[in-house]
Amino acid sequence: MKAEAKTTIAKLAAALITSTALCTAALAEEVKIGMVVTLSGPPAALGQQIVDGFQLALDQNDGKLGGQDVTLIVEDDELKPDVALLKAKSLVERDEVDFVVGTVFSNMLQAIFKPVIQSDTFLISPNAGPSTFAGKNCNPYFFVTSYQNNQNAEVSGMIANEEGFEKVVLMVPNYQAGRDNVAGYKQTFKGTVADEIFTPLGHQDFSSELAQISTSGANALFTFMPGGMGVRLVKQFEAAGLGDSIEFTSVFTTDETTLPGQQDAAVGFLSAGAWAPDMKNDANQAFVSAFEEKYGYVPGSYAAQSYDTANLIASALEKTGGDMSDKDATRAALEAADFTSVRGSFAFSNNHYPVQDFHLLEVAKRDDGKFWTTAKRTVVTDYADSFHAECKM
Amino acid sequence: MSLTLLLIQCLNGLQYGTLLFLIAAGLTLVFGVMGFINLAHGVQYMVGAYLVFAFHQLTGSFAAAVVLSLAAALLLGLLLEYFIFRHLYGRDHLSQVLATFGIIIFLNELAKVIFGPGTLTIEPPEFLAGSIQLTEQLRYPVYRFVTILAGLAVAALLYITVTRTRVGMLIRAGATTPEMVSALGVNVKKLFMIVFGVGAMLAGFAGVIAAPIFAIEPGMGDNILIIAFVVIIIGGIGSIRGVFLAALMVGLFDTLGRTLLTEGLELVFPPSFSNQVGPALASMLIYILMAAILVVRPQGLLPAKGAA
Repeated sequence: MKAEAKTTIAKLAAALITSTALCTAALAEEVKIGMVVTLSGPPAALGQQIVDGFQLALDQNDGKLGGQDVTLIVEDDELKPDVALLKAKSLVERDEVDFVVGTVFSNMLQAIFKPVIQSDTFLISPNAGPSTFAGKNCNPYFFVTSYQNNQNAEVSGMIANEEGFEKVVLMVPNYQAGRDNVAGYKQTFKGTVADEIFTPLGHQDFSSELAQISTSGANALFTFMPGGMGVRLVKQFEAAGLGDSIEFTSVFTTDETTLPGQQDAAVGFLSAGAWAPDMKNDANQAFVSAFEEKYGYVPGSYAAQSYDTANLIASALEKTGGDMSDKDATRAALEAADFTSVRGSFAFSNNHYPVQDFHLLEVAKRDDGKFWTTAKRTVVTDYADSFHAECKM
Repeated sequence: MSLTLLLIQCLNGLQYGTLLFLIAAGLTLVFGVMGFINLAHGVQYMVGAYLVFAFHQLTGSFAAAVVLSLAAALLLGLLLEYFIFRHLYGRDHLSQVLATFGIIIFLNELAKVIFGPGTLTIEPPEFLAGSIQLTEQLRYPVYRFVTILAGLAVAALLYITVTRTRVGMLIRAGATTPEMVSALGVNVKKLFMIVFGVGAMLAGFAGVIAAPIFAIEPGMGDNILIIAFVVIIIGGIGSIRGVFLAALMVGLFDTLGRTLLTEGLELVFPPSFSNQVGPALASMLIYILMAAILVVRPQGLLPAKGAA
């Protein structure tokens, strides 16, 4: 009896050891990617674009990136820093993911940055690009595939100079990103700022601000009103008849996430960005048509940046053969950015933020009745952010 | 600031005030008459906006959409009352807050499931789509004038109903001594159901009116609910006259405050400081107003006589 029991235990132990060994072998072949984006509340549309863009890249390669099987775990940060932190921690500690992709909003990124970086996991932001991690706090484990937050506003200032806007009113929501955009704009704009208006976040009725703008004597408005705020502002701007005398320029206000609501009211409005769905390169045209066919809506920059993020990871996995144990090799492969971006030119600066071209974008109505932004001309080429010199990487 | 701009801002404030009145009127009826805290009032405002969008898509006519939305908002209010709120009248305020908060979460998510998370818009009807030239550059949409008129009409109608009709008398009596009214053979349950239905319909109507000006999105009623509570507290809970006065005050204060405060500060302080402090202070202004009024008149400006 005793001997029998002993052999059973031995067998069991042997079985356990083999199964664990099998498990680790299986894990090594499969790459785990965790995603933290906002999927609830009014900004859910932005997070959804990021999920859809990433999923499209996966589906186009039979669920693989760079030849490796990929498991994608999507988490909703609910636009609450504590929730974002919890979700990121569980991705890193429980699921032991190899990459974390996130977030939509800069304040969510601040929340998840530490726990992800401290576990030596690569964190790649497909949208948020705060100045905080671009300068002296840059990190070897942190990459941004979108832009640095100030850049779009800086380019808008350049556009105003080129288009000859002499007097401009700046209007933004009263929070960090709003004030960053004002600072970025003033850094490059050479004309006079007629007025600076700070509205509450989620502002409903712009009638009093529009009255203020109309009497300011400005010939252009620069604004940053993402999501529903942008829809309301554009509609009310149009209804107040300001379109005839004042040029509407913006960032993240008239894009593919808000155009289905703004429709004809936004046609002809100008903005600045690194990507537009009509950009002529082959990779982009293939991406946009595949995206529209699969999801039935026009992708915005969020989806494009997320698609690029997936392809960046694919290029890195291809180089390392899916070996995630050598972090330095993976980092070097990511830094090379050896993939075809839908934006055309794309490279990483020393701080792991992108160096890319920025364009003047204009809203247009397509022949099929849908609305999108079109790239009119390139404003600045290979534009790096203004913080990278402070980064010691 | 020029006189023209000041007058335009007063007009904007008036328009915002009448919209606030439409939302707060239903809330004050339910809160004042029935002593019931209905946090779901804001979400019923959102439902009104989504209903008019959906019916406009179905019928293609704005007028038909408005009528159908009002009927649907009333029906929804009655259903909510029958299945949920009726069982909470006798409970304490915490239970009411919890239950109605649950309804907020449920309906917000439902709107997202049905209509998607994006922001929707609806055009005002053709004959109201024009605008009036106010200054050389600024036009004022006719639709915004119509919202002022609609607000004034609803205010007059409500006031007459509550003070001059039999139903209004019963509502006032039911609020003070429900047992006595019940003993006299009046069906108080039915009376409360009517009040609640009307309250829900008013919230829905506000949503319908607001939909073409403000965009439609999940959670659009959450912030406006807080302001509606401020309005009914300033006005005196349960009082139609009070809520009307308070809504106009809050509308004007908020609108003028946002423009005048920063400019006013600039006269005394450097622009960078006033740009930081002005907007923050402006968004606090209506709460400061509420606190100030509560210090002087804790019962509100025009409290309803004998209301709970």
